[in-house]
Amino acid sequence: MNKENLTVLSQEKLTSKIFKMKLKGASVKTMLTPGQFVHLKVGERHPVLRRPISICSVEADILTIVYRVEGQGTKLLNQKAAGETVDTLGPLGQGFPLTEESTALLIGGGVGIPPLLYLAEQLYRRGTKVKVILGYRKKEEIFLEEEFQKYGEVIVTTEDGSKGVKGFVTDAIAEAGAYDVFYTCGPKPMLRAVETASSKKGYISLEERMGCGVGACLACVCDKQKPFEGKAYVKACRDGPVFEAGEVIV
Amino acid sequence: MSRLQVELPGLKMKNPVMPASGCFGFGQEYAEFYDLNKLGAVAVKAATPETRAGNPTPRVAETESGMLNAIGLQNPGVDHIVKNELPWLEKFHVPILANIAGKTEEDYVEAAKRISRSSNVHAIELNVSCPNVKEGGLQFGSDPGMAAGLTKAVKKVSEVPVYVKLSPNVTNITEMAAAVEAAGADGLSMINTLVGMKIDIRTGRPVLANKTGGLSGPAVKPVAVRMIYEVSQKVSIPIIGMGGIYTAEDVIEFFMAGASAVAVGTANFSDPYACPQIIDDLDELLKEMNVSNISELTGRSWKSWEKSLS
Repeated sequence: MNKENLTVLSQEKLTSKIFKMKLKGASVKTMLTPGQFVHLKVGERHPVLRRPISICSVEADILTIVYRVEGQGTKLLNQKAAGETVDTLGPLGQGFPLTEESTALLIGGGVGIPPLLYLAEQLYRRGTKVKVILGYRKKEEIFLEEEFQKYGEVIVTTEDGSKGVKGFVTDAIAEAGAYDVFYTCGPKPMLRAVETASSKKGYISLEERMGCGVGACLACVCDKQKPFEGKAYVKACRDGPVFEAGEVIV
Repeated sequence: MSRLQVELPGLKMKNPVMPASGCFGFGQEYAEFYDLNKLGAVAVKAATPETRAGNPTPRVAETESGMLNAIGLQNPGVDHIVKNELPWLEKFHVPILANIAGKTEEDYVEAAKRISRSSNVHAIELNVSCPNVKEGGLQFGSDPGMAAGLTKAVKKVSEVPVYVKLSPNVTNITEMAAAVEAAGADGLSMINTLVGMKIDIRTGRPVLANKTGGLSGPAVKPVAVRMIYEVSQKVSIPIIGMGGIYTAEDVIEFFMAGASAVAVGTANFSDPYACPQIIDDLDELLKEMNVSNISELTGRSWKSWEKSLS
């Protein structure tokens, strides 16, 4: 299992709270699957837990993550300057399976958006038609829109209507038109709404509060819709964070 | 004998460091990081007679230099553990300390009976201190009479030595320790987590679904050190010390307080390599300190001694 001190190349402010960070190291070359995450240690004895951050994109040995400065941990991450290192565990978890279907609809909200970018790139390279719906609260909080446009048609929704479709991501599904499979990542109410709104096959990525990140502590368990082989739960960190839509209760 | 080797009832350890129960599952996840043979012992996750689903999420919350957890003893039940989890650990030459819990005395007796017959279980640890379950757990750990009764009942059926894991959430931990020692306990594990709470100021509600949780990590270390210091002077059975150990220096401090071995919990989450790192550093540190075996340090903070440390 990979643990490496990745070197910070850059930090870039995308919105008032969203930052893009580039990190370099040999283990980045093993980060091949979109939807997987890295587990970052930002302090020695405080904070005690690592921060799970999704992989946004990978180019050779350079990893890009996009994160929101939310609490003490991400604040410390934000203070890392170019040349400093970040203790990084990963890639961890099960990512998005790449579909054989011809058209994929990617639906992201908030910090659920970044992992979909790496997915969009890989689907696009395989010749899958990519459609994207990105949900934000307001115009000022939009990020990564242009990056997604490289791989397909992008519809933006804002809750206050300041740009794109007014409302939630589900309000734009009809506008996106036909698709064969969906992929979604974002807050739970959004995942629930997308699952309900779509009758197609799909994959959801959960943002769960994690402890160890490797499957030992049972902090991030989720109940399964139907127990399978006697097992009634999954661990988001190890069995996920990506699950087939309908597999777990969100 | 190496500097690190220690021997406790049932546990012949090549070094005094084991991962703590509940922080290491049944070892499989961490075996992907390093060879578990490196460890002095392994304390596996609590077993109850029946399958337990645990508490609703969120189950963890971070606090200053620590964390709260309220997992709620989720486990697949003792039979499943004996049949499917423990055999996998047989390939490692590491003694297992099997943690057991229950709602009633019968539950503990049942779990002890079944798990103590596993060939690689060398000792059991009575969890009478879990703060996150409604029944059992802490109620046995806060009443000296009940704790003693339970210890006696489990000792009667166990084929291996019995350690009692003490709760810090009591008025007088020394009284608890003395009671279980008199009832036949072979050793003590201390401390379990301290009951705590964190409130989300945006929602105005506790972060944990269980509302309260057990505090662990560096924040609790001084409490653990003090309690081990007090208890070790009043009992003659060995103590497995735990509570916020992150470094080799911490291990030395626990020994000096009165521990004979240590368990590492939360540090595994900060760094999956925490245990092997501490073991390597500890060997170096003891060499520097000119200590020929770590057992010499047990209780050094209160024992009279002739030779000062170099």
